Amino acid sequence: MSKYVAKQADLIREMEEKPSTLKGDYAPREWWEMPVEFHEGNFCFPAKPEVIEDLGFANPRKWIATDDDWKLPDGWEKTLMDAMRERLKKYRSLKLYLDTCVRCGACADKCHFFLGTGDPKNMPVLRAELVRSVYRGDFPMVDKILKGFAGSRKLTREVLKEWYMYFYQCTECRRCSVFCPMGIDTAEITIMVREILQLVGLNNNWILAPVANCNRTGNHLGIEPHTFVQNIESLVDDIEELTGVSVNPTFNRKGAEILFITPSGDVFGDPGVYTMMGYLLLFEHIGLDYTISTYASEGGNFGFFTSNDMMRKINAKMYHEAERLGVKWILGGECGHMWRVVHQYMSTMNGPANFLEEPVSPITRTKFTNAKATKMVHIAEFTADLIRNNKLKLDPKRNNHLRTTFHDSCNVARGMGMFEEPRYVLGSVCNSFHEMPENTIREQTFCCGSGSGLNAEEYMEIRMKGGFPRANAVRHVREKHDVNALVTICAIDRASLPPLMRYWNPGVAVYGLHELVGNALVMDGEKKRTEDLREDPMTGFEEKEDDVD
Amino acid sequence: MKKILMPLGMVTVLALVPFVGVQYAGLDYLFGVLIPYLAAAVFLFGFVFRMADWLRRPVPYNITTTCGQEKSLDWIRPNKIESPSNPFFAAVRVLSEVLLFRSLFRNTRAELRKGPDLVYGSNKWLWLGGLVFHWSLLVIVLRHARFFFVMVPGLAEALDQYDSFFDITLPSFYVTDALALSAATFLFVRRVADAKMRLISLPTDYFPLFLIGGIVVVGVLMRYIAKVDVMAVKDQMLRLMSFSFDPPGEIGALFYVHLFLVCMLLLYFPFSKLVHMGAIFLSPTRAMVNNSREKMHVNPWRQPMKFRTYREYEDEFREKMKKAKLPVEKE
Repeated sequence: MSKYVAKQADLIREMEEKPSTLKGDYAPREWWEMPVEFHEGNFCFPAKPEVIEDLGFANPRKWIATDDDWKLPDGWEKTLMDAMRERLKKYRSLKLYLDTCVRCGACADKCHFFLGTGDPKNMPVLRAELVRSVYRGDFPMVDKILKGFAGSRKLTREVLKEWYMYFYQCTECRRCSVFCPMGIDTAEITIMVREILQLVGLNNNWILAPVANCNRTGNHLGIEPHTFVQNIESLVDDIEELTGVSVNPTFNRKGAEILFITPSGDVFGDPGVYTMMGYLLLFEHIGLDYTISTYASEGGNFGFFTSNDMMRKINAKMYHEAERLGVKWILGGECGHMWRVVHQYMSTMNGPANFLEEPVSPITRTKFTNAKATKMVHIAEFTADLIRNNKLKLDPKRNNHLRTTFHDSCNVARGMGMFEEPRYVLGSVCNSFHEMPENTIREQTFCCGSGSGLNAEEYMEIRMKGGFPRANAVRHVREKHDVNALVTICAIDRASLPPLMRYWNPGVAVYGLHELVGNALVMDGEKKRTEDLREDPMTGFEEKEDDVD
Repeated sequence: MKKILMPLGMVTVLALVPFVGVQYAGLDYLFGVLIPYLAAAVFLFGFVFRMADWLRRPVPYNITTTCGQEKSLDWIRPNKIESPSNPFFAAVRVLSEVLLFRSLFRNTRAELRKGPDLVYGSNKWLWLGGLVFHWSLLVIVLRHARFFFVMVPGLAEALDQYDSFFDITLPSFYVTDALALSAATFLFVRRVADAKMRLISLPTDYFPLFLIGGIVVVGVLMRYIAKVDVMAVKDQMLRLMSFSFDPPGEIGALFYVHLFLVCMLLLYFPFSKLVHMGAIFLSPTRAMVNNSREKMHVNPWRQPMKFRTYREYEDEFREKMKKAKLPVEKE
C-alpha cells in the first residue's frame, strides 16, 4: 500500500492503545496548549508555484508544511484579519455561526475525522473554536478586564499552522450540522478559512492543479479536446466488444436537446469509466438526443474548495456552453460536490438561465419541476423516472454476482436531499441490496474521508483514518450479508473508496450506480452477455450454460 | 480547574456585592432602581442590536442542510419538514428546533470498541436535560409576571397553579424550581464528567450556568427559608414597570441578591453565547427552503465576472479540435 500510511495492524494498535479523547481519556492540557505536528501522511503537498501563477493567486513559492519557515508574505496577519472581517460582512452564516455556539458538544463525536483520529481538534466544535478564539480576540475589551475568561487569542504562526492543518482535515461534509441544535455548519467556516488562507499562499496542490486544469482545458484532469473524445471513443469500443451494441455519442453538437455533463473522472479514471459506459448504454437504449461538450467537460468543481470566485468561474462554463449549443436543458452525471454546487449555488452564481427550457424528459414527458430555475437534472432523477414509467428493459439478474450496499454521498445527502431516487434505481437493477447501519446512512452518512479535494496520495494516513467510520459500516454489512459491492453516486467516492476498501475491507469493490444500470440494460441487438462492464463474469450467465431466460 | 473556579468566584462575588451593599451600606436605591433600569435597557437594546446586526448581513447562497428527502418526482414522498420545499415548512422546521430541540433528539454517542469497531448508541440525555432546563426557565420567567402587573395575567396565573401542583410545602412548592436546578446541575456535571466536554468547555460556558443556578437558588431561599415580604417586592416591581424613580420600601437583602444576579444575566446576555436564543431563528441551514433549483436565490453582492469563454478555449485548441473532427465556430 501507500508509504504514507502505516500497515493496518499498526494503525489498529494505535487506535486501540493510544489514549484519546474519543475513548474518554482526559486530556492533560487545554486544547490551545496542544502542539501542531506535521509529519508524512498528515498534510497535502502545497500547490506548485507555476500553478499559483497560472491562477493569479498569492505568494507562489516552494515550501512544504514541515518547513519551519512558511515564507509568508509581510503583513499576513493583517491580510487574514481583514479578509475575515470582509467575509463576516458578506455572509450572515459565518457571523452567526461564530457567534452562537454554546459548546453543547452534540457535534463532538459526529465528525469522521474525530472518530478516526481521536484528535480533539477534529471535534467540529473545536475546529470552529480555532477561528472563534481569534474572532473573539477581535473584541479586546472583555479580555483585558477578565484575562482568560472569553478564551480568546491572537493570530500567531502556531494558530495559522492549526488552521492549515485542521481546515484541511474537514471535508465540508456537514454531518455535524445535522446534529447541531443551532444548525451550525462547520463547512461554512472551513470554506471561508480555506478561501482566506489562499490569500497568503497556504494551499493544496491536489485542489489547485485541477482548478488550473479546469480553467484551461475545461476539466480537472487537464484532458485536451481531442484526447477527451478519444477516451470516450475507446469506451464506445469496449461497449461494442462487450455487448455487440454500438453507441454513438456526439461532441459539441449544436442543436442537441440535452447537454450531458459529468465529472471528468468518469471519462478517465477507473472505476469511473464503467459508470460512463453505463450512461452511454442508457442514452443509446432510450435514443436520447444529447451531446457531450469538451469545453464544459467537467461536472465537478474544485473551485468550491478554493474560493467563491473560482467556484463561480468554473461553474459558468456549463451555462455558457449550453447557451452556445442551443440545448434545452442540462443533464448531470453522478457526483457529490458537483451537485451541491449545482443544486445550491449554480442559479444564484450564474443564473438566470433564461435561454434554457424547463426540463422535460423527452421519453416520459415528465416535467422536472424541482429543477425549473436551474434547468439541470440529476441523472438518478432522470433514470428513476424512466424506470418508473417502464421505459427501460432491465434484467437485474445480470447483477447477481454483486451483493450491494449504498453509500450516500455527503453533498447529495445533506446539500440536496436526494435519498430515494438512487435507491429506487439500485433496487430495480440488482437483486441483492443491504443498507448499512442506520446511523451511517442517509442524512447521517459518513464521508469517504477524502472529499473536498483531500484525495491526495500523500495524505493517505488521514484519509484511511477519516474514512474509517465509513469502512467500519461497510464491514458490518460485509460480515452480516456478505456484501461485495459498494455502490455510490459520487466521482470522488469512486476514486477514494477503492483504496479505503483495500485497506479496511479487502474484497469489497466500488461501483457507480449507472454502471449497474449498464449491466442490467437489455439492449436491442445485443449479443449474449457473459461479463459485466468491467469484464467480470456474471453469475448465471456463464458461457457454457444454456440460456435460462 | 481555573476554567470552573474563575466563573464560580465571579458569581459568588456578584452575589455578595448587593448583599453587602444593601445590608451594610444602604444602597437599596442603586440595587433596587438604577441597576435594574440599566440592565433592562442594555438587554433590550443589546439584543435588538444583535438581531439587527445579523439580519443586515446578506445570505448570499441557499445553504439548507437537508435532513430528509427533497421534493422531486411526484411519486417520491418528500420529507416536508426536514427538507422543506416552502417557507411554511421551513418555519415548522425552525419551530421544531426552538420548541422541541429536534436536532438534539437525533443525538448519538459514538464508542470505539476493540476490533476496532465503532458503535453508535442513542443518547437523548442532552436533549432531555436541555429541554427541561429551557422550558423550566421559560415557565419560571412567565410566572414571575405576577410581580410585574397589578392584575396577574391569566397565563401566569395558570402556570403558577400547574407549577405548584405538588402542594407539599408552604408556600407551595414549584416543580420548575426543582427541574431547573436539576437540569442545570446535569448540564454542569456533563461538562466536567465527560472528557470531550471538559476539553471544549470555556469559562464562558460555566459562568451562565452558575449565574442562572445562583438566581434560582436565591429565589428558592427567599421563598421557602429566609422569606422576604412578597408584597413589598411586588410594589417595587410595579414601580419599575411604571418607570418610577421612587426609592424602594423595606425588602430583605436576599431579594437584592436575586435581583442583582438577574440584572447581571440581562447585562451579560446580548454579549455572550446566550444570544443563541435569537440566533436559532435565523440559522440559514435550518430556516432556508430547499428549493434552490426550483427558484433562483439572489445574491445581493454578486458582481460581474470574467471566466474563460468557449471562444478563448477554441482559440487555443482549434487545430487539435479540427483534427479530432470536432465542430468549431471559426475555421
